[in-house]
Amino acid sequence: MCLGGYIVMPNETLLLLGVNHKNTPLEVREKLALNSGYEAPLQALGKIDGLREFYLLSTCNRVEILVLAADGEDVEKTLASFLFADSLPPEQYEQFLYCYRNEQAVHHLFMVATSLDSMVVGESQILGQLKEAYRWASAEKSTGPILNKLLHKSFSVAKRVRSETRIGSSAVSISYAAIELAKKIFGSLENKRVLLIGAGEMAELAAEHLVGNGAKNVVVANRTLERALDLAKRYNGRAVGLDEILEQLEHVDIIISSTGSPGIVLHKKEVKPLMRNRRNKPLFFIDIAVPRDLEPALNDLENVYLYDIDDLSNVVELNREEREKEAIKACRIVDEEALKFKDWLEGLFITPTIAALRAKGDKIRQMELERTLPRLKNVTGKERESIEKMASAIVSKLLHDPVLFLKRESCKDQSEMKVSLFRSVFDLEEKQ
Amino acid sequence: MLSEVNRLLFDAVLFSSVVACVVYLLFFFSQKEEIRKIARMILVMSGLLQTLYIFSRYMIAGHTPITSQHEAVVFFAWSVTWAYLSFHWRYSVKNFGTFVSVFLLVMMCIAASVSRDFHPLPPALQSIWLPIHAGVAVLAYGFLALAFCGALMYLLQEWELKSKRLGFFFSRLPSLGALDQLNNHCLAAGFAFLTLGIITGSIWARQAWGTYWHWDPKETWSLITWFLYAAQIHQRFTLGWRGKRAALMSIVGFCSVLFTMWGVTYVLGGIHSYAQ
Repeated sequence: MCLGGYIVMPNETLLLLGVNHKNTPLEVREKLALNSGYEAPLQALGKIDGLREFYLLSTCNRVEILVLAADGEDVEKTLASFLFADSLPPEQYEQFLYCYRNEQAVHHLFMVATSLDSMVVGESQILGQLKEAYRWASAEKSTGPILNKLLHKSFSVAKRVRSETRIGSSAVSISYAAIELAKKIFGSLENKRVLLIGAGEMAELAAEHLVGNGAKNVVVANRTLERALDLAKRYNGRAVGLDEILEQLEHVDIIISSTGSPGIVLHKKEVKPLMRNRRNKPLFFIDIAVPRDLEPALNDLENVYLYDIDDLSNVVELNREEREKEAIKACRIVDEEALKFKDWLEGLFITPTIAALRAKGDKIRQMELERTLPRLKNVTGKERESIEKMASAIVSKLLHDPVLFLKRESCKDQSEMKVSLFRSVFDLEEKQ
Repeated sequence: MLSEVNRLLFDAVLFSSVVACVVYLLFFFSQKEEIRKIARMILVMSGLLQTLYIFSRYMIAGHTPITSQHEAVVFFAWSVTWAYLSFHWRYSVKNFGTFVSVFLLVMMCIAASVSRDFHPLPPALQSIWLPIHAGVAVLAYGFLALAFCGALMYLLQEWELKSKRLGFFFSRLPSLGALDQLNNHCLAAGFAFLTLGIITGSIWARQAWGTYWHWDPKETWSLITWFLYAAQIHQRFTLGWRGKRAALMSIVGFCSVLFTMWGVTYVLGGIHSYAQ
């Protein structure tokens, strides 16, 4: 079959494999997180046989692989073991993993893009993360026409949901949850000082909300000072090195940590002696990093409150009810768009068949004309034209109903069967 | 006639505190602003009724009605009510009223369950210092009771935040910062009155019995209470004690207050004892 020169086999499947915050605990997700960025894993994926197109999404809440591959259990198993590497044996990771095919995969991708599958429904970071993942995949040339179309579609579905529902309007995000908590701890955020450890997008957003709620001073500590300076400038803040964190902890109130460090950045025993110098003023730690940056035992210290990304999801539960209505509306949009995309995908199966049928008719017409015309004598140019017209009219009228049958909506769900029946009836197989 | 009015007035006080408590609890569950306004109005009315009741007892007894168990408790509740209302006038702490109204109801129930008889005032106590000393002391207890209620709320909220089980109370209770500040302010006021109470008491003692300090059990326990609060305030100033530790200290201090009020009378006796 053809799609601008691109061949899609009927036995190829869209396959989406992944884990997310809903069914996989933080401890397991930590082991999967791709700290090294997208480049290496994408290249590793490229070495797996049978993947025609692929792309990879990794955020602090999910890791997902979407591929277009030949049918078969093998691909699924290979991808699963790629995802978990050596961190867990297959018997253990099976309970965490979800796997969607074709229209379900499309539906899931749309759910993710519209943030309906996010920890905080309505948050907008995921779209940016999706776009970034796509940029990497296309830089590695791992996506093709199908995934290109699918991913672009997911961006536009997200936009449509955002404009037609209000799920994104009330500052709904992790940072929103963090601010609710901060308000319950400090009362007012007026003049509170914020320290960002690591300068990721998530931390940036949280800082923005905090400053919007009156927080005064933003200090950014980052591995690369450049990025820290960049971010600090935006909030009239200061940039410091990672080794100055402890010193800063004496003066700040809210700490958002999001480094890509594989180990713990801040321990309980380091913070404990600081509390005396702080005169026991409360400290609020928000750990949005995966793997975790802050030792969980910090929460045991008096006047210290530590929330990691899983804890924050509990807070979010509080105002989920209000947003549920809008989420239902958004789900309807996703359902609708997923259906449309499914039609398009199926169209891919039908279109080349129609083209092949037309080509065959054309060929027969051509052949018959070539055989008949030389035998006729005394044919004027005009008569010859009429005969040619008649031949093409017969072909197109004869093919009209079969083509309509192919395009008919009524039996779309059996389209694969229909197409293959159709192909054998008209003997189109060898013409690919 | 007057004693009849007096009896009716106490029934009205008891009834109004039950209603105030119920309406405050209703507000706590529903969080509807209109209900809060009604609850507050009922509490103000209850405060006025308490004032009238105390006044009627004054008319009957001919001296400040703070010499029996019943009178002391009513006076205590009265000071808590007005301390809360005056406090509320300055600034408000979310849902504080609910906790205070429950506390008031408990006080009123205690007052209702003990004897309401009038006791003749011993000659030693007949002085202008009676209303001054007792009034100041009871006012101190009022503020310390508010600090106690605030401390309970603090512990509840802190527990929710620490355990990350943000449930029913999380949205209803005020922030830790506000509760800590409440604790701080109530303690400052309560401690100042407590100090004044001890000073006026010793001046009165000098007048009545000839010495400033007797080591009477009530005096001793007042001093213990005073030291407990003094220690806490000192720690806050020097080391920045706050939060959970301060809340626990407020609760310990208030237990000492309660013991000074009742425990001493029943367990240890002494010249302060009333309602024998």
